[in-house]
Amino acid sequence: MTTAPANQPLLEIRNLRIEFPTRRGILVAVDDISLHIDPGEILGVVGESGAGKSLTGAAVIGLLEPPGRIADGQIILEGGRIDNLPYEEMRKIRGRRIGAIFQDPLTSLNPLYSVSRQLVETIQTHLPLSERQARARALELLQEVGIPGAEERIDHYPHQFSGGMRQRVVIALALCAEPRLIIADEPTTALDVSIQAQIISLLKRLCKDHQTAVMLVTHDMGVIAEAADRVAVMYSGRIAEVGPVQDVVRRAKHPYTHGLMGSIPHIGHAVAKLTQIEGSMPRLQEIPPGCPFNPRCPEADGRCRAERPELQWIENTEVACHRFDAPEARSQAGD
Amino acid sequence: MTEAAQVPTEAAGADLLLRAHDLKRYFDVSPPFLNRVIERLPRAIVKAVDGVSFDIGRGETFSLVGESGCGKSTVARLVVGLYQPTAGGITFDGIDVAGQTAAEARQNVQSRMQMIFQDPYASLNPRWRVANIVAEPIRARGLLPSNREVKARVGELLTQVGLSPADSEKYPHEFSGGQRQRISIARALAGSPDFLVCDEPTSALDVSVQAQILNLMKELQRQYHLTYLFISHDLAVVYHVSTTVGVMYLGRLVEWAPTQTLFNQPRHPYTRMLLDAIPDLEMTGRQRIPVAGEVPSPINPPSGCPFHPRCPHADDRCRAEMPTAHATGDSHVACHAVDDGRLS
Amino acid sequence: MSVAELDAVGRVTDLVRRCLDSDIYFSFKSSKITMIAAAVTAAMFLAAVFAPLITPQNPYDPAALDLMDSFSPPVWIEEGTWTYFLGSDDQGRDLYSAIIYGLRLSLGVGFAAVIIAMLMGVSLGLISGYIGGTLDAVIMRIADVQISFPAILIVLLIDGVVRGILPNERHDDLALVVITFALAFSAWPQFARTVRGSTLVEKNKEYVQAARVIGRSPLWIMAGHVLPNVMGPVLVIATISLAVAILGEATLSFLGVGVPPTEPSLGTLINNGQNFLFSGEWWIVIFPGIALATLVLAVNLLGDWLRDALNPKLR
Repeated sequence: MTTAPANQPLLEIRNLRIEFPTRRGILVAVDDISLHIDPGEILGVVGESGAGKSLTGAAVIGLLEPPGRIADGQIILEGGRIDNLPYEEMRKIRGRRIGAIFQDPLTSLNPLYSVSRQLVETIQTHLPLSERQARARALELLQEVGIPGAEERIDHYPHQFSGGMRQRVVIALALCAEPRLIIADEPTTALDVSIQAQIISLLKRLCKDHQTAVMLVTHDMGVIAEAADRVAVMYSGRIAEVGPVQDVVRRAKHPYTHGLMGSIPHIGHAVAKLTQIEGSMPRLQEIPPGCPFNPRCPEADGRCRAERPELQWIENTEVACHRFDAPEARSQAGD
Repeated sequence: MTEAAQVPTEAAGADLLLRAHDLKRYFDVSPPFLNRVIERLPRAIVKAVDGVSFDIGRGETFSLVGESGCGKSTVARLVVGLYQPTAGGITFDGIDVAGQTAAEARQNVQSRMQMIFQDPYASLNPRWRVANIVAEPIRARGLLPSNREVKARVGELLTQVGLSPADSEKYPHEFSGGQRQRISIARALAGSPDFLVCDEPTSALDVSVQAQILNLMKELQRQYHLTYLFISHDLAVVYHVSTTVGVMYLGRLVEWAPTQTLFNQPRHPYTRMLLDAIPDLEMTGRQRIPVAGEVPSPINPPSGCPFHPRCPHADDRCRAEMPTAHATGDSHVACHAVDDGRLS
Repeated sequence: MSVAELDAVGRVTDLVRRCLDSDIYFSFKSSKITMIAAAVTAAMFLAAVFAPLITPQNPYDPAALDLMDSFSPPVWIEEGTWTYFLGSDDQGRDLYSAIIYGLRLSLGVGFAAVIIAMLMGVSLGLISGYIGGTLDAVIMRIADVQISFPAILIVLLIDGVVRGILPNERHDDLALVVITFALAFSAWPQFARTVRGSTLVEKNKEYVQAARVIGRSPLWIMAGHVLPNVMGPVLVIATISLAVAILGEATLSFLGVGVPPTEPSLGTLINNGQNFLFSGEWWIVIFPGIALATLVLAVNLLGDWLRDALNPKLR
């Protein structure tokens, strides 16, 4: 494994486009997005259902379900392309260099095998360890993710664990081979708030200790605010805004992000009415031309309906919105 | 003091709409008879709701919060009559609707209660047109004489929830989650109820849509003087909509208080823990130590106070004796530590 | 046209448009085998319905038969004539006409049996699943017991019992009814089990709870809400049961306990024909056999396709 130079991102997504061919035409679920994750960084990818956030995660680990396919763009892990690798190659990368945590811990664990067997198997697939060494490492991992009585519980089956404990086992499984990157798709959504808090702080601690980067895909702005370093807000398969979490959460620039923040109720801020974004995100076959957000945007003008906005730097964040275009460009469009 | 435990809030009196008194609902989750005999397994009873009392005043929004399995949804289903209580009583507008002899009374008040469900995909019959879905309460009770009037009323209801009368010819699958929840609300309003039970009405929706639905529900409440029993696991949502909040843990109400009191001065250690656990936008990047442990199995709940294994303030009394609720200030708390003054 | 009529026309065109646009129609169109199977089934069904119009002879009418014409071979063999282009049997019956009339009988018995089985099975399954408790246990145990016997044994048993009860001369008249009910009885548990399973799923869905909160009666909820949502798998089973029922009728007729020989079904024809298989008159058994096999195969293929098309997981 080559270590990336300091200035090179761990993962780079360039102009990724994901399509679903259907009998009524091709649906574009992710449309020309570019992202990067630095080593040890937690990048939150947030959006409403159907925004394409989970597909982006799935594309990175090569688990895009057919008929979905990468139609264009590149995914580069530590300097090497991984989006065009054959299945077997990709399988080796999965687990070894990229770990995965999914929403439902039951689907990532095989109910027929004990936890120890699954851990040992995964460890031995990726690391040259003996059975005994692998088991020792499995135990270590379970202790590290905070499973009480790990010595005893290591031989239990997945159904003998509660939801929160199961998610911890999944995290241990993802960490087996010390991957540089973990894709966590809605890791806390199925869990209660108190357990959710435990899992978030566990993820944060592990990333710090192991210098693992995480792509945290979720719809929960609260989780992002708590855990992420940077956040990318997705809307209709495109990135609306990406930047440091503080800037995006507190000083949202894109009208969508702004509305999204206002629509979340806050404890301590009693308001009679929440800010509301009218309508809902368009279905894939109904994405309007121009800026996909324009039908719901209070500030949309002719240019927004005609021309797709590109990401541009505004202070610390990148925003895809014509509102920030240079005045000349705006007046030109008005002509 | 014991009296206080029986009659939770002072909202009682003329304005009282619904009272639940020592409500209990047990479920038999025993293994099948043959397994019990052959494998000598014991009978297993889940006390999903175990002695819950609350009052809801007219025009109020009473919320129940808690983690999954705490029994809040069971309370909702007991109130609307989907389940029969194992013990305890429910009175609606002074009429007993839960006892063995209350079947007739239940029939009479049923039309005044409606329910909004969590899953907008499962709560509408996929084979029915929206017009028939919304009209069902009207037709079931024969509220309007002719089809023409029913149609007009359906159109009116759809407009009210932000859809168009033309939508009545469509099927549910043609709508998004938020629009389906609007249809659900239109159906609930069709029978002109004065009491709505909302079981996690927004937890399956995206945040921007959640805001629309919450705003709509508040608006409708104001317009029709509706009373809500609101079930949710999301404390921020509860804070936004409620006038009174009850916190449930393992089938019991551990604390209830007016919203501001509960959020500003939480007393029960569990309430404090919940409030501390929610991720907050204002607190990005903060470090904190979340409370350890998980909700125990309701089949085999801990002795004494059900929260004691996770509670930092638990002592021998908590492990042995079930606390009863006592009033302190505005709030009612079932906690020995608060009673003994160990916790302010 | 009046507003109501316009509305009705609109609804029909809307329905047609939605059907042509549906995934089911698409999956139908994209499967050649299914289209062929559907065409074959439809052709056989039409032939059966319009049998008197497309056949030269009424094989049930003894006056129309001429023993002099017996054992006439098919037209492409020496001595074959166009009058009996598929040949004739030992009684001078035109095989082509006999097959078409046989199809009519087979399809009629099959459809009737499946409809009766469906009515029984669906209502019992609904009640069993929705009401639950002791009633459920009783219905399902009866179904279990019945499923543990081969269907043909049940049919033989029922047939035997009825034969024992009824006087001989009445038996021939009632043979069709008896066989239809016997086949229906052997098929209902399939429907009941499937419907019960789907009902158990549907009854916990929130739309059913909503109907309960609204105050609808259990019977109303079962018929209005649950039934339309459990019919998908029922259609699949109905199609496959049709093939099974047709085979069952043929088997019984072949064994001689089915329809009387004066009104031959495909099974009777095959039974009759096998006597001559080794004496050289092979056509008497082969042609009805091909007809039966084709029909059953086509119906089964339709059933398979329907099962896949209605299964959202395979889409």
